[in-house]
Amino acid sequence: MNQSSQPENREELLTISHMRKAFGDNQVLKDISLHVDNGEIVTIIGPSGSGKSTLLRCATMLETMDGGSLGYDGVWACQASDGLGGDAQYASPAQLQKIHQSFGLVFQNFNLFPHYTVLKNVMDAPVRVRRQNKEEARKEALRLLDQFGLLDKADAYPCQLSGGQQQRVSVARALALKPRILFLDEPTSALDPELTADVLAVLKQLASQHMTMVIVTHELGFAREVSDRIIFVENGEIVDEGSPEQLFHSDKKRVQEFIGKLS
Amino acid sequence: MDLQTFTELGSGLLVSLEIFFLTLLFSLPLGMVVAFGRLSRNRILSGITKFYISIMRGTPLMLQLIVVYFGPYYLFRMRLGAEYRMIAVILAFALNYSAYFAEIYRSGLQAMPKGQYEAAKVLGYSKTQTFFHIILPQLIKQVLPAVTNEIITLVKDTSLAFAIAVAEMFTMAKQLAAAQATIMPLMIAGLYYYVFNLVVSFVMERIEKHYAYYSN
Repeated sequence: MNQSSQPENREELLTISHMRKAFGDNQVLKDISLHVDNGEIVTIIGPSGSGKSTLLRCATMLETMDGGSLGYDGVWACQASDGLGGDAQYASPAQLQKIHQSFGLVFQNFNLFPHYTVLKNVMDAPVRVRRQNKEEARKEALRLLDQFGLLDKADAYPCQLSGGQQQRVSVARALALKPRILFLDEPTSALDPELTADVLAVLKQLASQHMTMVIVTHELGFAREVSDRIIFVENGEIVDEGSPEQLFHSDKKRVQEFIGKLS
Repeated sequence: MDLQTFTELGSGLLVSLEIFFLTLLFSLPLGMVVAFGRLSRNRILSGITKFYISIMRGTPLMLQLIVVYFGPYYLFRMRLGAEYRMIAVILAFALNYSAYFAEIYRSGLQAMPKGQYEAAKVLGYSKTQTFFHIILPQLIKQVLPAVTNEIITLVKDTSLAFAIAVAEMFTMAKQLAAAQATIMPLMIAGLYYYVFNLVVSFVMERIEKHYAYYSN
């Protein structure tokens, strides 16, 4: 992303401000503010237990955040009473349901539906949830499977696929609902290096199509290659953020250490 | 002993079959309701269902039959007609078996990976859609072996209806054995129960095979 582009030319898809989240006494997210523009690819890196996954889970409303605000495309999912880090007040269920359509999520361990074929995994939500025409949904699902090199697996069940294939199906499943922004929570952490390459190839393909993505990953080489912006999170706080070049040459000692260890 | 013994036992078998099918018809779904109560976050509701399950599993089914049959008279001085006899049997059996099925469903529901609910939620499935289309088909597959065990026990438990003089197969066999002064009618009844269970096992095996098209 061009750093000098005018703000008014951008379209802000995701707005997180002063997000707070605690599990009991454990303050997992302290004060996270993050904006993602249309077409932007943001990767989140950081050590295990830093709060990266919780950040995605709060953004996708699998967890409710304690404080701060969360918005998609200018519509608030929840808002802090004081506009800062105050207690989060969630919108009505109807509005949240609408907001849900803005994003998709790919899980670390895929979470495909084991009793559905690959094709049904991809086309069931468009048909059942969005009431799309069945034939059109099938066509779109087959197009996505073809794009990801899985057309011959359309009638297979998830248990018959490798991990890399399963993860590509789950990306197709998320994209079938045409989200404006796709979250990926450590999409390759459950895969061996060879299968990881398959999944990363699919994500690079999406990146070249300017799919807006927020990716939590430990694959620094991949992050450096595809990201417009990298965010380094530790202890529930954003320690550093910037373009891959900026981050890989960060003057912050903690960031240098982490990148040195992983690359 | 003659052909009449077989046919009389056969008519008793029809009553046993009626008890068997009606019990399953009511207790299989009712067990799901009880399981939901047991898993409810509402402490009062989950407490009540827990108590209900412990009573149903902790006291003899024969006693439960007697309580359901004579209860209305002793509690409310209600005189119910002869047709209440069969209703009492089905009521007691359905209440008892739903407690067992509830525990089977509960363990199945608790073993369901959380990711299945989360994936469904992110994709926009409603709670009802998630349960009926994502969770239930997987739950059925998972609980089938344990449910088969209960169903086989139920075949034999139908004989307990003799406690309130319902003319099912075992009641008939005992009467015939007394009249003929031989245990042969009881042996034949035993054979009938065995064949009945062979059929049950066969059917359940087919259903398990039907669900074997995928693995988790």
